Amino acid sequence: MPDTPMVVADRVSKSFGSNEVLKSISLEVKRGEVMCLVGPSGSGKSTFLRCINHLEVVSSGRLSVDGELIGYREANHRLYEMRPKEAARQRRDIGMVFQRFNLFPHMTALQNVMEAPIRVKGLSKAGVEANARVLLARVGLAERADYYPAHLSGGQQQRVAIARALAMEPKLMLFDEPTSALDPELVGEVLDVMQGLARDGMTMIVVTHEMGFAREVADSLVFMDGGVVVESGVPTEVLANPQHHRTQAFLSKVL
Amino acid sequence: MTNTAVNGEKTEPGIKAIRLRHPWRNTFAVVLLLIVALFVADAAMRPAYDWPAVGKYLFDQRISQAAFVTLQLTVYSMIIAIILGVTLAIMRLSPNPVVNSIAWVYLWVFRGTPVYVQLVFWGLIGTIYQSIDIGLPFTEPWVSFPTRVALSAFVLAIVGLALNEAAYMAEIVRAGLLSVDSGQEEAATALGMSWFQTMVRVIVPQSMRVIIPPAGNEVISMLKTTSLVTAIPFTLELYTRSRDIAAVTFDTVPMLIVASIWYLFFTSILMVGQYFLEKRFARGIGDRRPDKKADDATASVAGAMTGVIPVVGSGQPTVVLPPTDPRADSSKGER
Repeated sequence: MPDTPMVVADRVSKSFGSNEVLKSISLEVKRGEVMCLVGPSGSGKSTFLRCINHLEVVSSGRLSVDGELIGYREANHRLYEMRPKEAARQRRDIGMVFQRFNLFPHMTALQNVMEAPIRVKGLSKAGVEANARVLLARVGLAERADYYPAHLSGGQQQRVAIARALAMEPKLMLFDEPTSALDPELVGEVLDVMQGLARDGMTMIVVTHEMGFAREVADSLVFMDGGVVVESGVPTEVLANPQHHRTQAFLSKVL
Repeated sequence: MTNTAVNGEKTEPGIKAIRLRHPWRNTFAVVLLLIVALFVADAAMRPAYDWPAVGKYLFDQRISQAAFVTLQLTVYSMIIAIILGVTLAIMRLSPNPVVNSIAWVYLWVFRGTPVYVQLVFWGLIGTIYQSIDIGLPFTEPWVSFPTRVALSAFVLAIVGLALNEAAYMAEIVRAGLLSVDSGQEEAATALGMSWFQTMVRVIVPQSMRVIIPPAGNEVISMLKTTSLVTAIPFTLELYTRSRDIAAVTFDTVPMLIVASIWYLFFTSILMVGQYFLEKRFARGIGDRRPDKKADDATASVAGAMTGVIPVVGSGQPTVVLPPTDPRADSSKGER
């Protein structure tokens, strides 16, 4: 089913107690599409991203990836909460990159990349290692394979984290502010890797403040504020000619 | 090379300062040494210590056997305590309120009462429950045997020590698990790892760094707490055995010294073991870089050629002076 969208969010809401963080979000991400989520902090973009791989449980609405409902099974018009094992199986196909990298500090870069394919997919070590070295080379870190994360720069760590996510051969990649914790001169190397991924046809949802990246790489841009989608469209148009006053106010600050 | 002229003597004169002196440190050390020497000389002559008796009993077979029993008690009860402690720690962190409460009550009871009292209780268990029955309640038991036969004093000693220790280990392990950044669990979960895999592969290895120092403390503490199992009563461990010998020979002080030497010997071994464990679990944390030597080698070669090279790994490009200049060499050494 190549025509079905990769991600479909249908009136997704999420509350923490009485605090409603997401209010009826509806959007679609097509296969091979790169979508940038932008907006002020606290607007719910990261929460939405975390809902997509079930790190957060949606309060209401439907969220599906590749035609499969996330976190629930539907039978006889009723929803059944998934067992942790089933949720873990869904997450295998969804790669995630975090703001703070979250590499495993007690493993080398190579071991970080090899861990999930060996433990989760049960693949043989030799094949996984060969593939991991290819991935590290792809993010430009072939020579750093045996370094521990503490001895890598922030940009290098984030690139290892991207390689680690790619090792599971995901069909969708989620980036949660991947460059926000980096020194300015290290941002470029991470964005370059992400741009390469986009070129190779990876479906990506990127929460970011890098408007340059959004303009050049993204196929669509979604502006969120206060838990709702305020405006969305082609990045060049939204950035050049924002329609909503909240978008205008936000962009005037970050551009 | 022009670089040498620029970076050399004129622009960066080396600092040749007289180091800050600490005369009182030396004075204090000498005085302390004198006091210790006096004490040792005095102790060597004092008849109450009875050194020949110490030498005679140190390797007495009864003593070395008792020392072995003490070691067994320590090892067995610590193994059980660690397994139970990890289980309790995970139970305490469980979102399941039933499991959580069980662990809480366990800790409340076993941490809230003295280990000596607990050991006396375990000693009396054969009196309180005279037989162990396996079967359904209110029916004839399938199997029944007397408690005193099933549980020897040695077993009771291990059970008593282990159950008490588990409560303390549980809190140590819990602190260790909580010390790991929550992003680690998230990253593992996002990769599709199960909760158990996340624990075993990601959380526990990282928490070990926090757990080992206090756990080492507990092992050493346990080695000495074994002397309390006389409350059971179990009399074959090191302290009670040496007291028993002293009661017959009236060599009280020498026997205490003999026991102390054995305890110190075991403790020292344990401390060495702890050192290596800590080193093992500090992977990726300390300043160990796999190719550090290789880096230094290239640095000196490149330095000799160009005089200026950026140092890999540090945040800012650093200038290293060529090793031809003697002062530059010393500055590189301190880097």
